[in-house]
Amino acid sequence: MTFRAHSTVDGKLDHFVSRESFDPHSVERMTAEQERYYMASQWQMMWWKFLRHRLAVASGIVLAVFYLSILISEFLAPYHLHSRDAKHIFAPPQELHLFHEDEFVGPFVYGLSYRLNMENLKREYTSDPDLVQPIRFFCSGDTYEFWGLFEASLHLMCPAEGGTLYLLGTDRLGRDMLSRIVYGTRISLTVGLIGISISFLLGLFFGGVSGYFGGWWDTLTQRLIEIIRSFPELPLWMALSAALPVTWSPTLIYFGITIILGLIDWTGLARAVRGKILALREEDFATAAQLMGASSSRIIGRHLIPSFMSHLIASATLSIPSMILGETALSFLGLGLRPPITSWGVLLNEAQNINVVALYPWLMLPVVPVIIVVLTLNFFGDGLRDAADPYR
Amino acid sequence: MFTYFVHRVLIMIPTLLAISVLIFIIIQLPPGDYLSNQIQELKSQGDTAALAKVEFLRHQYGLDRPLVEQYAVWLGVWPGPNGFSGLLQGDLGYSFEFDLPVTDVVGDRLLLSFIVSFATIVFTWVVSFPIGVYSATHQYSIGDHSLTFLGFIGLATPNFLLALVLIYFANVTFGTSIGGLMDPRYLDQPWSWAKFVSVLEHLWIPVIVIGTSGTAGMIRRLRANLLDELQKQYVVTGRAKGLPPLRLLIKYPLRVSLNPFISDIGNLLPQVISGAAIVSVVLSLPTTGPMLVHALQSQDQYLAGSFLMFLSLLTVIGMFLSDVALAALDPRIRLGEQVVR
Repeated sequence: MTFRAHSTVDGKLDHFVSRESFDPHSVERMTAEQERYYMASQWQMMWWKFLRHRLAVASGIVLAVFYLSILISEFLAPYHLHSRDAKHIFAPPQELHLFHEDEFVGPFVYGLSYRLNMENLKREYTSDPDLVQPIRFFCSGDTYEFWGLFEASLHLMCPAEGGTLYLLGTDRLGRDMLSRIVYGTRISLTVGLIGISISFLLGLFFGGVSGYFGGWWDTLTQRLIEIIRSFPELPLWMALSAALPVTWSPTLIYFGITIILGLIDWTGLARAVRGKILALREEDFATAAQLMGASSSRIIGRHLIPSFMSHLIASATLSIPSMILGETALSFLGLGLRPPITSWGVLLNEAQNINVVALYPWLMLPVVPVIIVVLTLNFFGDGLRDAADPYR
Repeated sequence: MFTYFVHRVLIMIPTLLAISVLIFIIIQLPPGDYLSNQIQELKSQGDTAALAKVEFLRHQYGLDRPLVEQYAVWLGVWPGPNGFSGLLQGDLGYSFEFDLPVTDVVGDRLLLSFIVSFATIVFTWVVSFPIGVYSATHQYSIGDHSLTFLGFIGLATPNFLLALVLIYFANVTFGTSIGGLMDPRYLDQPWSWAKFVSVLEHLWIPVIVIGTSGTAGMIRRLRANLLDELQKQYVVTGRAKGLPPLRLLIKYPLRVSLNPFISDIGNLLPQVISGAAIVSVVLSLPTTGPMLVHALQSQDQYLAGSFLMFLSLLTVIGMFLSDVALAALDPRIRLGEQVVR
């Protein structure tokens, strides 16, 4: 390779200095895309990585819809939580139609006509093709107290005047299943959230202390965790919730149950925290902080925990489903929440009987949102966990 | 190996002691006890004869003594009214509701609980092992995706509802009697071949139902472990040397990834016992579950306490067995105690 210097006409080399400032990156110019990637913050990279996990993104959207719905349950439910219809007890789900006799009428249901079969004393409902009951939207129906704050009667959809709208059927008191499921979402989903917050704090505290200080603190915590883990979870939950005083109001019971769920669940998180801290406290940045005189709590809280927070959030998400299922199981057994507080588990309590499967299978419908939420939370948590380590 | 074994047995003792303390606290948590509730009721009815009997029982079972003493008597390290007679001596206490010693109330239940749990674990292993191996060796194939999805559904469906639906269909299609662990005709008969067959006919539903949730987790873990192993150098070397694929798989990576499969029994067992508790309520199986729920509700404290203790004992022993099996399999764990780090 030959090097050609700048030369003047008379053959003498002259000294050349470019007037422009030197740009060290000029040697290897990054494309805009690379630039964006290398300059991105850790959280931004997690976000990108998360977006690539399509199942997790879809699950996140479904979950967002569920969680947003609890803000406006009263508006979304066509009926009030407690409104009864003595004329329609155990009514089957009404089918939604769009066309009546090949003519477009918009969404409507056929009215139900009721007959008691005297032979087997079975309630028989048939849909009456003459009774076209178009659904009304943004209409006024049962009055409710919005979050117990003010009275209102606006609903997303209501039955036609004098008609019925039982898209998921009714229960033994003639209460609309759809409305009850919508209201139940509020309780079932918040049980998981409150429970996980408690177990998150406990896990962070115990795991942090045992990992950072080691020694007999560590031994003690590890023994405690081992003991709690060797308990079968559900019987322990059952025993503890049976210990809640009968005199408590349903709201207090609700908080009692969430606390019980959280109290037992923290062990897994504490182990994860401990493992991470054990590894991280040997890192240079922790030593540096220590040499500069930072206190233990500052090192744990400011330096160690943030560096594995993303992992923690992911594993916390993955343990919400077990809480939701736990609450459902407890309420199903009658040891959990009590009416009038309505969760999916409380609704399923009505489906305890084998007759229900045979005669009124729609009473088992509250299990559908349970499955959806548990599944999506699992996928969402998986996505988060993968994204938590974006450099891999 | 022997030192490890002894060490592991010694650890179990304080664990079980701590568990018994916790259980005792839990069953004492509700205000009052079964007998004082009973006394209230009898007082309101003015039944003095029965009242005297209840007072007698209260004294007999030491319910009028301080809690610490009650615990010591329950455990069997302190002389109660009948001398040293507690859990350590095999005396499970007295069920106030049934007016019988707990041992008599319990009867076959502990054994049947054990059978159901054991069958479930075998089921979980038998099902998840081939599926896990298939999913790992055929990663991202249609079979892998659909099996994983099926596992997830099993994980997400509440056990009790699955139990209801299955028993209904079993009744409609096979004519299996609803509820119980055997046909009603065999209930009070001694064990015979026909009774055994009847138990098997009924056993599959709870076993499948309880097994589904554990199976999903097991499959995922086996799959993940095996996938990690399959990418390692020694597998590539083996393949390059021309080992037949099946032989290669079984000989090295499968054996390594089997390790967590066994240690997982520690996680699986509490899960199985939890699942069994609720499923047996739904299916009204004659196991510990339904009676535990009932005892908890009526504050029949010794009955509830003994059941909880039995279930925990089952878990602790299961964990112990899995640790020992693991140590026997893996020299790293067995010798780990002597290694200086």
